[in-house]
Amino acid sequence: MVEFLQFTLSGVSFGMIYAAVALSLVLIWRGTRLLNYAQGGMAMITTYVAIEVVYRTGSYWAGFVVALAAGAVLGALCQVTIIRPTMNKPPLNGVIVTIGLLTLLEGLAGVFFGGQFRSFPTAFSVRGLRIGGTPLGVSRYDIFVAASVLVATLALAVAFRYTSAGLRMRAAAFNATIARLSGIRVARVLTVGWALAGLLGALAGVLVSPSTFLYPNSMDTIFVFGFTAAVIGGLDSPVGAVTGGLLLGLALSYAGGYLPSGANLVPVVALGILVVVLMVRPDGLFSATKVRQV
Amino acid sequence: MSMQTLPRRLGVAVVTAVIVWLLSVRLSTFRDFQIAEVAVEVTAVAGLTVLTGLSGQISLGNGAFMAIGGYTTALLMLHLNWPYIAALVASGVVTAVAGGIVGVAAARLRGPYLAGATLMLGVALPALAAAYQGFLGGDQGLNVVFTAPAFLGATFPLTRWQAWVSAAVALVTLVLLANLCYSRIGRNWRAVRDDEVAAALDGVNVAVTRVLAFVVSAICAGLAGSLLAIVTSLVAPGAFTVTLSIALLTAAVIGGLGSLPGALWGSLLIVIVPTYVTDVATSHGLSSSVGSNIPIVAYGAVLILVMLAFPQGIQGGLHRLLTLFTGPDPKSRRAHIPHVTPPADEPAASHHEKEGTQ
Amino acid sequence: MSSDTGPEGPATPALAVEELVAGYGGVIALDRVSISAGTAAITAVLGANGAGKTTLLRAVSGMIRPRRGRVRLDGTDLTGRNPEQMVRAGIAHVPEGQAVIPELTVEENLRIGMMSWPRGRSRADRSAALDEAFERFAPLAARRRKLAAALSGGERQMLVIARALLAQPRVLLLDEPSLGLAPRVMAQVMDLVVRLSREHGITIILVEQNARGALAIADHGVVLNLGRVVAAADAATLAADVALRHHYLGF
Repeated sequence: MVEFLQFTLSGVSFGMIYAAVALSLVLIWRGTRLLNYAQGGMAMITTYVAIEVVYRTGSYWAGFVVALAAGAVLGALCQVTIIRPTMNKPPLNGVIVTIGLLTLLEGLAGVFFGGQFRSFPTAFSVRGLRIGGTPLGVSRYDIFVAASVLVATLALAVAFRYTSAGLRMRAAAFNATIARLSGIRVARVLTVGWALAGLLGALAGVLVSPSTFLYPNSMDTIFVFGFTAAVIGGLDSPVGAVTGGLLLGLALSYAGGYLPSGANLVPVVALGILVVVLMVRPDGLFSATKVRQV
Repeated sequence: MSMQTLPRRLGVAVVTAVIVWLLSVRLSTFRDFQIAEVAVEVTAVAGLTVLTGLSGQISLGNGAFMAIGGYTTALLMLHLNWPYIAALVASGVVTAVAGGIVGVAAARLRGPYLAGATLMLGVALPALAAAYQGFLGGDQGLNVVFTAPAFLGATFPLTRWQAWVSAAVALVTLVLLANLCYSRIGRNWRAVRDDEVAAALDGVNVAVTRVLAFVVSAICAGLAGSLLAIVTSLVAPGAFTVTLSIALLTAAVIGGLGSLPGALWGSLLIVIVPTYVTDVATSHGLSSSVGSNIPIVAYGAVLILVMLAFPQGIQGGLHRLLTLFTGPDPKSRRAHIPHVTPPADEPAASHHEKEGTQ
Repeated sequence: MSSDTGPEGPATPALAVEELVAGYGGVIALDRVSISAGTAAITAVLGANGAGKTTLLRAVSGMIRPRRGRVRLDGTDLTGRNPEQMVRAGIAHVPEGQAVIPELTVEENLRIGMMSWPRGRSRADRSAALDEAFERFAPLAARRRKLAAALSGGERQMLVIARALLAQPRVLLLDEPSLGLAPRVMAQVMDLVVRLSREHGITIILVEQNARGALAIADHGVVLNLGRVVAAADAATLAADVALRHHYLGF
């Protein structure tokens, strides 16, 4: 029973990370119909920036804030410089460009920071909490992870629904032509979308790096699972992203914990879940709109 | 130069074979190895470019089919002592079946959902191999023993033989694929890619067409995997990572999606560039962490730059260059009929504009 | 008919399109088309399918870039600007097909119309403009918080026109506003178009398949065929030209 609780809570914790990555992918997908394969790489870079800030200032929070800011800047920068030119070209071009960006970022990280695994600090204790004598299987840090992602998600949801900037983004995402004809500077809106996605990715990066250690390829698996979560939830649906993330996090946690040779079978389980979901709902669980071919 | 007739295709294949033979004889062992590498990639990339370019289905997991082909070959040669040619054919058959299964499962998936499913396939399959220590060799993998045939003499370099075998398989694959592309099947693929509803109304069985494309691309990948087994003498999970699957797609798009010559350009690029840049880096005596990462940086930069500079891929760029010299292709001159809506195949139309009419 | 502009138009027409050439890829869809429209004039642009009418509107509003020629608003050269800039300058385009954003509410669709306003305008201004729009278009007020997807064809057309109005344009380009609507609703839309020019002084370029209905409310007419202007005169003259009507306009 204790084991089950532990796996559940760890599943929720990782699930929130996948949700954050999924959400950033959904943001970019809704706005630009592009899958950003470099999302994990961007998160890795901002986490390295964070760790340098932490080393120099001794403050976790300084690193945290700088990482989020760097994520927004990096996202906007990438969109303006290399993504924008691909907008009117065949869709797969954008895919290859983001793959190139991923490779570039991982290489740069290797050059400037080296390939060794680095440990990333946490602001809260990772010791398991207890009630009375029984361990809960969750630490203050786990709660912080879940809370951060939830707060970020809610803030985004509120901003989208109730602000005029949010309305601009939704309009541009639903119908860029009408948006432009109404005077919305769609190009600017897209840049903001990428900045937000970059911020979310950066959040995921700093939250997960204490568990995975930081090295140039550390975000690769997280990205794959985040992508899977987004697909399960339906790429047009932020709710789907969070749901997909949680579902996947839990399922993979149980699989890794209970199956023999569990660690290696985790991707197989993920594939199984994905196949089952997509067989029933080819556009994801929460899909409403039909997807255009990529 | 139109490839529409079989004699033309065979002619080009023969000329290429001769060129490869010349290169393999005159260049070093290492270059022979590179020729073999390129041949392996071309075989897999050609299948993928047909799947994604002609039939419009993206796959980020063809490395998994390569793994299936490679492991099939390794197991047959290791445990049943099959000669390579039999193992090669068997690999093709096994991956055809696997491709059929995946194709059927993926038949209803489109765009990024298909991408996600195939990506996970590419991640899961090697993990499966790593999970089973005994039969599949676990992380270490299986060794493959491959030697040059006796009639070539005892001193015949193995790498040259590997290059010949790989190149031969690659060329045969390309010719067969070209035949398919110009046949009714190829036309059906394009029809389904461009407009499923219209194709169905025309009597095309959309599902069968899509699954067939998957099967064909899987066979190509399976053959490539089988070649990889004898070229590197090893099959292990580490050889078939998702990075490989992504590299295949990269090669297909950069070369020119849907184009068989493009498969060659793309394969050349993904094999030659990293090696070349590594050479340059090591010859400058850079420290190991910097030196081993510079090629990665360069590779990424090349991908971005080529894609931005040549949106239609290298083949498209070459085509444009050619028309600069020879004048527009008669096929591409359109009749001067004004109409309001832009032509459906106009790649320059804003894809945001198209969104507006949804 | 309102407006008194003769065939040559007043000294500085509100909208002047000069020798516009535009197309898609290798195809020229618009071949040296010129149009001149005065303040508050209604100009009908007519012709068969494929004649270039929609392309004309797209080239003027910046959706596609003209290859040659000029677009002037009150004398100012606006050629080559993109749609976001055009609508800020005062040229609003309502594309064909009741182009609402179905996933947004009626109110949100309207708010989008005000996104071309300059920064300085206050929130109070926007609220006032929105209230005015709801007053003038009662059916929209009733469905204020409903998704635009739930509106009927006629209501959607009303919504897109209301949205374009909120941009407070000088020139309004309307692409087949009556397409797909029931005859009674069609008549209401035409009425609305007339009121826009009379009460708001908006210059209207009206593309219509329904040539008879368009000529009934327009001041001037321009007939396109295969991308070229084959006739341009005041509406009454065009409506009286039986041969022209038969040949190009289908009635």
